[in-house]
Amino acid sequence: MTAGHATPTEPAPPVVEVLSATKTFADGTKALAPVDLSIRDGEFLTLIGPSGCGKSTLLKLVANLIEPTDGRLVWWRGGFDQVGEAGKKLAFVFQDATLMPWSRIEANVRLPLDLAGVPKSVSAPKVADALKRVGLDGFGDRYPRQLSGGMRMRVSIARALVTDPNLLLMDEPFGALDEFTRNKLDADLLALWWERKLTSVFVTHSIYEAVFLSTRVAVMAARPGRIFKVMEIDEPMPRDESFRESARFADLCRQLSAWLADASLPQRSSAMDPDA
Amino acid sequence: MKPLIESDRFVRVGAPLLIGALLLGVWEYACRHWAVPVYLFPKPSDIYGSLAKDWYPLLGALYVTMKVTFQAFFFAVLLGTLIAFMFVQSRFIEISFFPYAVLLQVTPIVAIAPLIIILVKNTQVALTVCATLVALFPMISNTTIGLRSVDQGLQNLFRMNKANRTATLLRLRIPSALPYFFAGLRISSGLALIGAVVAEFVAGTGGRSSGLAYEILQAGFQLDIPRMFAALLLIAVAGILMFVLMAGLSKLALGGWHESEITAET
Ligand SMILES: Nc1ncnc2c1ncn2[C@@H]1O[C@H](COP(=O)(O)OP(=O)(O)OP(=O)(O)O)[C@@H](O)[C@H]1O
Ligand SMILES: [Mg+2]
Repeated sequence: MTAGHATPTEPAPPVVEVLSATKTFADGTKALAPVDLSIRDGEFLTLIGPSGCGKSTLLKLVANLIEPTDGRLVWWRGGFDQVGEAGKKLAFVFQDATLMPWSRIEANVRLPLDLAGVPKSVSAPKVADALKRVGLDGFGDRYPRQLSGGMRMRVSIARALVTDPNLLLMDEPFGALDEFTRNKLDADLLALWWERKLTSVFVTHSIYEAVFLSTRVAVMAARPGRIFKVMEIDEPMPRDESFRESARFADLCRQLSAWLADASLPQRSSAMDPDA
Repeated sequence: MKPLIESDRFVRVGAPLLIGALLLGVWEYACRHWAVPVYLFPKPSDIYGSLAKDWYPLLGALYVTMKVTFQAFFFAVLLGTLIAFMFVQSRFIEISFFPYAVLLQVTPIVAIAPLIIILVKNTQVALTVCATLVALFPMISNTTIGLRSVDQGLQNLFRMNKANRTATLLRLRIPSALPYFFAGLRISSGLALIGAVVAEFVAGTGGRSSGLAYEILQAGFQLDIPRMFAALLLIAVAGILMFVLMAGLSKLALGGWHESEITAET
């Protein structure tokens, strides 16, 4: 992969670079002020911020689902057309499970491989493996409506994992779940990330989730959306429940909470704020 | 075991039958009690008698009407689906042609049927054209809406995986459209029958028909009211059977996944 190009002394190149990207929607909404962000190889980066601050917009820019109004993005030191090649695969887990209701779980998970023209003989074991990873082996022949919300979310994660992505983007994947299930899925996700060294960008509203999962947290502020502060969390991996109960965890949460409160304050300079 | 009255299937079939039998009984009794003359309002037993006596011409007429109905339904589905596909391919095509589809819908078929029957020499073909025109619009509008109502998230998913047009159509658009398509089928099948009967009435007044509507007209002229009711009954039964057939098809295709076809779990 990317390690092949880099000499041991040189750090791995960033996976995605967002270079002064802005986004103004057709209706004039300024969703993002110029954002500069570099997604590092192997990191678990979390975006957190008040509702409407442009987290989803930023994630969609990175997935090339929308284009920046100004500025540009670089994927693996190149354009988006090479994304999808070996070592440069990207997967997106949406806020809701986004499964095809007419297809069985198996076929839903297999979709990215089917679309890439992978023959069934190759994709079938991969699908089984991905389902096993998210703890859903044996559910392959069910329909989405026969699963609970949390299970559907896990199917959606299995579908993202099945292509062996190098960059995993997740937009509030566990937002609709109860605290207990969420903690469980967080722990599973972290184990997966650790096992695969899979570069991840995660969006959440939960401070605890952000601190527990991330190697780096970017706090965003609204109107216009921008990156307000960045927190590095060098707590060693793998982390487990004892980290959640540690004093350090509480400190980090308090710090992040204070930053979030600042980020949510209305901006004083009205020059940049069209709605003021 | 559940008591019989609580069994869902028993109630679904039994209750309407019971009501039907009750109504027939009241009807029969009322006609006998007030001695209503048969040329004013026949008893159920008169209608049954007429069916038993004239079953051969009546079934022949039913065959003619159903042939027109099914032909019209077939063309309506075929044309409607094709037009819907054209509409979703290009916004320009839809904008240019949709008003004419609406025009087709709002023009009463009785008003244009005489014209079509004069223009088209073959009566059978003329009737089919009329019935097709009646049944076409729901297929166009339903299938178009269906092909357009694709979940935004799934659309993004397909785009992210660089799905080509064909794959998106086959794996995403068509499955998304199916529930709407089947809803269209139900409406359209009923309308095809109505269209066929109406067109036969128009043609029948000119003496160029042989379907059930013609039977009704003839029976009316001859004051053979039980036979008129018998023909009416056959039309109603045919309509119900069409509906049941479409509902069954829909269940077969969507039963596994779509909300409309899933019986509530208790
Ligand atoms: N398609 C769109 N057209 C117009 N405005 C949009 C569109 N999508 C998002 N916006 C606006 O852009 C801003 C940022 O939206 P975004 O969805 O990125 O917020 P978010 O941080 O993900 O919020 P949340 O936490 O509630 O999901 C909002 O003000 C929103 O109204
Ligand atoms: Mg969002």
